[in-house]
Amino acid sequence: MSKQFSDVANQVMWNRLISVVEEQAQALVRTAFSTSVREAGDLSAGVYDVQGRMLAQAVTGTPGHVNAMADAVSHFIRRIGEDNMFEGDVYITNDPWEGTGHLHDITVVSPTYHNGNRVGFFACTAHIVDIGGRGFGADAASVYEEGLYIPIMKFAERGEVNQSLVHIVRGNVREPQQVVGDIYALATCNEIGQRRLVDMMNEYGIGDLDAIGQFILENSKRATVERIAALKNGTANAEMTVDGFATPITLKVSLAIEDEKIVCDFDGTSPVDKKGINCPLVYTKAYACYALKCAIAPEIPNNAASLQPFETTAPENCVLNALHPAPVALRHVMGHLVPDTVYGALDELLPGLVPAEGAGSLCNFQVSLRPRTDEKAPDDAVRAEVLTFNSGGAGARPDLDGLSATAFPSGVMTMPAEATEHTGPIIIWRKELRPDSGGAGRQRGGLGQFMDIGALGGHEFDISAMFDRGKYPARGRRGGHDGAKTTIEQDDGSKMQGKGKQFVPHGRKVLMAFPGGAGYGDPAERDPELVKRDLVLGYISESQARDTYGLAEDKITEAREIVRTGSSF
Amino acid sequence: MSASSVRLGVDIGGTFTDVVLESGQDFYSTKVLTTYSAPENAIIEGLHKVCELSGLKPSVIEQIIHGTTLATNALIERRGAKTAFITTDGFRDVIEMRTESRFEQYDLNLQLPEPLLPRHRRYTLAERINAKGEVMIELQRQDVEELVDQIAAAGYESVAVGFLHSYVNDVHEQLVVEVLKDKLPNAMVSVSSEVSPQMREYERFNTVIANAYIKPLMKSYLGRLSDRLGNEGVGCSIFLMHSGGGIISIDSAAEFPVRLVESGPAGGAVFAANIAARYGLDKVLSFDMGGTTAKICLIKNQTPKTSRVFEVARTYRFKKGSGMPISIPVIDMVEIGAGGGSLARVDNLRQIRVGPESAGSEPGPACYGRGGERPAVTDADLVLGKLDADNFAGGSIILDVNGSAKALSRHLGEELNMDTETAAFGLVEVVDENMANAARVHAVENGEDLAEYTMIAFGGAAPLHASRLCEKLGMDRLLIPPGAGVGSAIGFLRAPFSFEATRSVYMKLSDFDAPLIKKILQELEVEATRFVRSCDSNANILTDTKMYMRYSGQGWEIPVSLTPQQAKNPDAELFQQLFDTEYTKLFGRPVEGIDVEITVWSVNATTPPQAVERLAEHAGADAATVTGTRRLHNPATGNMDEAVVVERNAIKSGNQVSGPAVITEDETTIILPAGFNGVSQSDGCMDLRRER
Repeated sequence: MSKQFSDVANQVMWNRLISVVEEQAQALVRTAFSTSVREAGDLSAGVYDVQGRMLAQAVTGTPGHVNAMADAVSHFIRRIGEDNMFEGDVYITNDPWEGTGHLHDITVVSPTYHNGNRVGFFACTAHIVDIGGRGFGADAASVYEEGLYIPIMKFAERGEVNQSLVHIVRGNVREPQQVVGDIYALATCNEIGQRRLVDMMNEYGIGDLDAIGQFILENSKRATVERIAALKNGTANAEMTVDGFATPITLKVSLAIEDEKIVCDFDGTSPVDKKGINCPLVYTKAYACYALKCAIAPEIPNNAASLQPFETTAPENCVLNALHPAPVALRHVMGHLVPDTVYGALDELLPGLVPAEGAGSLCNFQVSLRPRTDEKAPDDAVRAEVLTFNSGGAGARPDLDGLSATAFPSGVMTMPAEATEHTGPIIIWRKELRPDSGGAGRQRGGLGQFMDIGALGGHEFDISAMFDRGKYPARGRRGGHDGAKTTIEQDDGSKMQGKGKQFVPHGRKVLMAFPGGAGYGDPAERDPELVKRDLVLGYISESQARDTYGLAEDKITEAREIVRTGSSF
Repeated sequence: MSASSVRLGVDIGGTFTDVVLESGQDFYSTKVLTTYSAPENAIIEGLHKVCELSGLKPSVIEQIIHGTTLATNALIERRGAKTAFITTDGFRDVIEMRTESRFEQYDLNLQLPEPLLPRHRRYTLAERINAKGEVMIELQRQDVEELVDQIAAAGYESVAVGFLHSYVNDVHEQLVVEVLKDKLPNAMVSVSSEVSPQMREYERFNTVIANAYIKPLMKSYLGRLSDRLGNEGVGCSIFLMHSGGGIISIDSAAEFPVRLVESGPAGGAVFAANIAARYGLDKVLSFDMGGTTAKICLIKNQTPKTSRVFEVARTYRFKKGSGMPISIPVIDMVEIGAGGGSLARVDNLRQIRVGPESAGSEPGPACYGRGGERPAVTDADLVLGKLDADNFAGGSIILDVNGSAKALSRHLGEELNMDTETAAFGLVEVVDENMANAARVHAVENGEDLAEYTMIAFGGAAPLHASRLCEKLGMDRLLIPPGAGVGSAIGFLRAPFSFEATRSVYMKLSDFDAPLIKKILQELEVEATRFVRSCDSNANILTDTKMYMRYSGQGWEIPVSLTPQQAKNPDAELFQQLFDTEYTKLFGRPVEGIDVEITVWSVNATTPPQAVERLAEHAGADAATVTGTRRLHNPATGNMDEAVVVERNAIKSGNQVSGPAVITEDETTIILPAGFNGVSQSDGCMDLRRER
């Protein structure tokens, strides 16, 4: 094959590998039982060379798994041992430190063989329905309380499934059929990837992935390093304080651009928390790296080489590098706040690139409904667990308003209210934009949302809240104002906490207001036409238009008239 | 329709309006430029042309079937009416909040598409129905009256109504309709429980709003079209192609114009399905490649695969999630930004990227010599010998090979250190791979193995790329029909009258309610049949019943078909078995011990497919007359080989052509690489086989 001709083949094979892992991910989305996988895309899939270097990762998936997946396979190779690997093997773990950050994520790795030789690995991860222990929430004091732990081991050897492991899993989780179903789904999706890879190797007549791997990694490395090298070297520090569980937590970063790499060091960050909001380093790395990639090299696909120049360090047993046995179930709450912290520092080095702070963490909550206990419950009252995903507002960008009620940095989707109401006797009374919650600015922060919930008659419930930004709002940049804070209370006015499990008696509603993103630039510089538009659309109130943005009275009158007549603007 | 009847198929596309007149066995077709301001003008022009060609008068036409992109374009270009939306208190922003996610995760400057209606045109009323259909807060007539007064004062042309859970209980939506009729008799009204009675409020609300938004425009257009055709002496009925691959009456179309979205591509799929029937093929992949996009559809048992939801008006490189969802029965197609005009560039990974950006017809690819400087797919095809510079589009445009070579060399070759030919090869390989990947993912999603499939290729650019696509997908047979340029319009003439009625009613198999199922299915059948009856009062009507099922806890339903007998005698055990079989086919094995639930029910009523005569196939005997040779790139070796040139017009039924060869015709060129053999069949199809 001529050099030029094989270059074309390499171009095509790189495309193919990205498509193969996408097929792998789609298969998982369609077979998984876990809501967070199928509705929210909380999964990941990738293909690796024989040394365990990630060559391609599915676009479908959430950023939290980016580096975690890139590192995981080398742990498997080390733990299983190359001499102990056979065709038809499937490996498994949910180790938060060698997998993807908490026990609820199961990672499955399968070695791939071609003509009897091991040529690479496929791996995938999914957030499963349940892993036993206390259930999904922040309330555990150590990882031992958070559920069943599966060290790196064989799920199947030479195609033979380890039935003892299956029994142990079944005996330890609340939804055994679904959890075991999910493990099989993970194994199956690796198989789909393996078949496609072998097809490709046959088509191109190659016996190993060495050449194509080298082509991918070299090009990715070069492109990433070029991007970083084009930036001026420098160091900047930033810190951000957030609610935490019972006591506030400060996230601190020192960010250094050094020739061909960028290093984030989280020295000075608060120590490990008592409750399960701690982050293993692997998850911190994922979000730090994601934040930097978005800002600096967004279109370079994820693989071992394109991730390598982004380094992350954090002192042991800080909240962003929690060691075993710290509780880590809700590691996403802190993890999702890492990008805003990193952007605080990056903004000093590269002004005009990154957004203002936003809601950050997803505004998720789990509701446990049951027949009322204060009086006799109706006969058709039931028990149900309902998990929902919701988002506050994103931070304003240097030239664009923030996105309203849209997840950032997480990549998840919300569920339709109608679908949620079919999963249990919950009523969603309100789910709509929250006016005046976007931080004012030349560019306005994204709006948060209102969400009111209750139960069908005859039921009471516990709500397990997972909210932040209740005491510490998203902060504005360059004169932009802060976003609105999270609030949560019952409809009789009784206050509730942003995190933890809380009881709601029969007949009461929980009223929640999720936070807005912060503004960018001085609100006085905002184009009055945009202020008027925001007023027409009800994104802001008349008082904010007048007092914060200084919109003239005649414009306010015009806006009222447009609203009355439903006219264009 | 009798075999000798005279029928007209009309497809309004983005650039051209295709008109096909069929009279018994004879076909006359023409392409005229689409006239945006008054689309009916192009139809009349086309009508005159085909009537002239055929020597027939417009008055002898017995049936007109029409499909159009006007509805789609009105949504993309936001040219709809001033529309108000009325919804449940607390849910004003459903169409604006979408899925609360970003369809492109790494773009910090991502912009989400604007909702179809801005927030100040969305109104709410105090009312609430729960998931079981029970009224929790009763809608007060007085509240409705006050709101309608407000809407009347604002002068809206069209009103959409969508309340939560109205697919189970539409009593509140109907109250609003009543008040609207009373107080605002001239307003056009669209109701979510009629337009799209499916669970999931974002999709349903968006669909009813889209319907309301384009209704005044489409109603007025269809009225004008009727009048104009009447003036030309056409006295027959006009029918419309819908997105589900069937045809409906002009009145139904005016009432539910959102069902016309994507009717052109649906016609293409029906065209391919009809050819599949002619050849008795049960597994077909249709591949339609034009100037800016390629569309791929699975056709099983001569029926295009359908779906309940799709996305229109994608705003971001055809990316999933960047458009708006429409939940109506639709032929399930993958559309990607890959066509003859798709432009190539080198990204900073030194990778060749092709599309979705397109050169369009102005300036067009570099070889058109109209100022296009960047290389398009057509430029690469020309350099590789797939196109003849002097005989493109019947010789109407002389292509500039040097222009292509210069564009390829400057934008790809110099960057990647490749000669012009290799750069062209790289470009074509990348675009072919993109299309192959889309087909593979689509097949996997449907649990299909493409190796068993036959490809049917049409559209101007498809025959140039189809054989390579077959190689990439491991497919061994490829049919290229004549009339590939007007495939959709021909497809319209092959479509049955049909209407699919769907409803969301949630039921677990452990909570099986046979009488309720019977009632639902019967109501759906009555509804679907009524629409078909409005087109044809005597025809035999067939029904196809589907349930959408999943394991309790999953989020993805799979369709399970019921025979009429099974639908009349619902049986939990049987339903479980049918589901297990389908699930295993898709995902390898069933999951034991988990309850199965049904979420959506659908009944499609259709007239029988047109009788298709099974073709007596030629095995191939005499070689076709060769008119010359040409240098053609060989993707297996990278060399330029000598290929024979054959004119399609000169090929006789039963003639054989062996690759490497190019078969030229006015509308397109068929490429046979080495290893392909083609036989011309009696219906004019080129039947290509790959030797392995």
